[in-house]
Amino acid sequence: MIVAEQKPLAEIAENIMEAQKVLVVGCGGCVTVCLSGGQKEVDILATSLRILRKKEGKPIDTATETLERQCDKEYVDKLAEKIQAADCVVSLACGVGVQYLSERYPDKCVVPAQNTKFIGGTTEHGVWEERCGLCGECILARTGGICPIIRCSKSILNGPCGGSQDGKCEVNPDVPCAWTLIYEKLKRQGREDAIYEVFPVKDWSKSRDGGPRKYVREDVLL
Amino acid sequence: MSEPAKQDGEFTTESKLERLFARGEFVVTSEIGPQKGASAESVIHHTEQSKAYCDGFNITDNQSAVVRLSSIAAAVHIMRHGGNPVIQMTCRDRNRIAIQSDLLGAYSLGVRDVLCLSGDHQSFGNHPTARNVFDIDSIQLIALVKMMRDERRLLCGDELKTEPRFYIGAVESPTGDPVELRVMRLAKKVRAGAQFIQTQAVFDVEKFAAWMDLVRNSGLDQRVNIMAGVIPVKSVRALRYMKDNVAGISVPDELVDRMANAENPQEEGKTIAVELIAQLRRIAGVKGIHIMPVGWEDVLPEIVTRAGLQLRPVAD
Ligand code: SF4
Ligand code: SF4
Repeated sequence: MIVAEQKPLAEIAENIMEAQKVLVVGCGGCVTVCLSGGQKEVDILATSLRILRKKEGKPIDTATETLERQCDKEYVDKLAEKIQAADCVVSLACGVGVQYLSERYPDKCVVPAQNTKFIGGTTEHGVWEERCGLCGECILARTGGICPIIRCSKSILNGPCGGSQDGKCEVNPDVPCAWTLIYEKLKRQGREDAIYEVFPVKDWSKSRDGGPRKYVREDVLL
Repeated sequence: MSEPAKQDGEFTTESKLERLFARGEFVVTSEIGPQKGASAESVIHHTEQSKAYCDGFNITDNQSAVVRLSSIAAAVHIMRHGGNPVIQMTCRDRNRIAIQSDLLGAYSLGVRDVLCLSGDHQSFGNHPTARNVFDIDSIQLIALVKMMRDERRLLCGDELKTEPRFYIGAVESPTGDPVELRVMRLAKKVRAGAQFIQTQAVFDVEKFAAWMDLVRNSGLDQRVNIMAGVIPVKSVRALRYMKDNVAGISVPDELVDRMANAENPQEEGKTIAVELIAQLRRIAGVKGIHIMPVGWEDVLPEIVTRAGLQLRPVAD
């Protein structure tokens, strides 16, 4: 899932500027799962904004809503009425949700309430870790199911670098060296000879370096 | 993957290092970190001072991700003052386009030796918020230099009018872990085209010797010229710092104690470096020494002289 972290209240407040009627919109997808943008967080943020503005002597009205998903036009359409009544919309979705709202309601100012961070998962309650860099051409089959693109700090395809020590990455002793993990996994599966294979240079044009990507399924087009 | 392309009496390059290794000379290289500024003064000073005591100067490429005079520019200054430069080329700051262009440029200026490495992460340097590149990795870089040289092609397949005939070097971390993975990586670097290896600094000769055993068992010492790395240290503080903070460096406690108890730590540091060189030289398969004075470049002539290596051979 997409992992996002809420921005500091002061930054959100600054971005809504002089608005007096603020609609706070959550998303029922990833950000609900990672506890940063679901209904609960929507309520807390709306309340916090009201309190802050009241303290500043510039009270505001807030309305709230949490869509099933903000990255889906069908759900975003349902907001039409509530948005009409607002001067400013605060979105607690990932960057896609914010852009979808902004695209659908181009006359309204839509403010992001989150820093969209990465795709990852929970490793323990309250801890999320990045697992994929969306490179567009997955090589996990050859790396023991561990992604060197994102889990190696240098995206090395033929690692480890000289900085790996005690199985940790040179960048941070709390981070495992992806290549030590890969080696250990391959060894466990009796496939460590795969390390000898020289991975050719990667085609980054399939990643973000090829410009914004688009995926079309001809078979399901209407 | 093909073997290094050397036949009897034939060289892959015009590199002085390649000739010295081929003749069985024990090669000595040292390292210069160019200064943080738009002047080559220190590079020139060290070249003048030490050129008679080593066969090549390795020039770091924005070492520890700290911006410094470019290694290619420094190489030109070294050549102008009679030294033999080995440029470092890292993958951190350049994509494949910039790397190939810089390699062509360096060769056109007279550089004949290149050391391929991934580079320290930018989080260690003076621009920790920089965007890094790491478009290709060090093994892919080795293979790329070999491809440009032996196939006369760029990575994309385009033909080169003039190929850069570089002698290709790489680094390895013999006391890094897991040790068997370090040997596999070395094999991979050799297969990709590495012809000489400079190792991370060795303080733990025993550990290094154990790694060399593995290297010899896999026959790698016959296919690549391995130079053991030596760092002369000035103080016990510097030694402890390396022990605790520099990845891949293992320092035995006896050595730390020796430095801690030394009356004159600088003298002791030099003596230790001289002793290490003597011990490393005796290990089968070690073809040279790479001295990395990191900020203590002035000490090079004395260490080389005391190690009995001051008479440097003349190439050809
Ligand atoms: S290889 Fe690419 S697609 Fe696969 S996990 Fe890594 S970044 Fe994601
Ligand atoms: S230590 Fe391991 S994970 Fe970190 S940059 Fe080096 S190879 Fe990658």
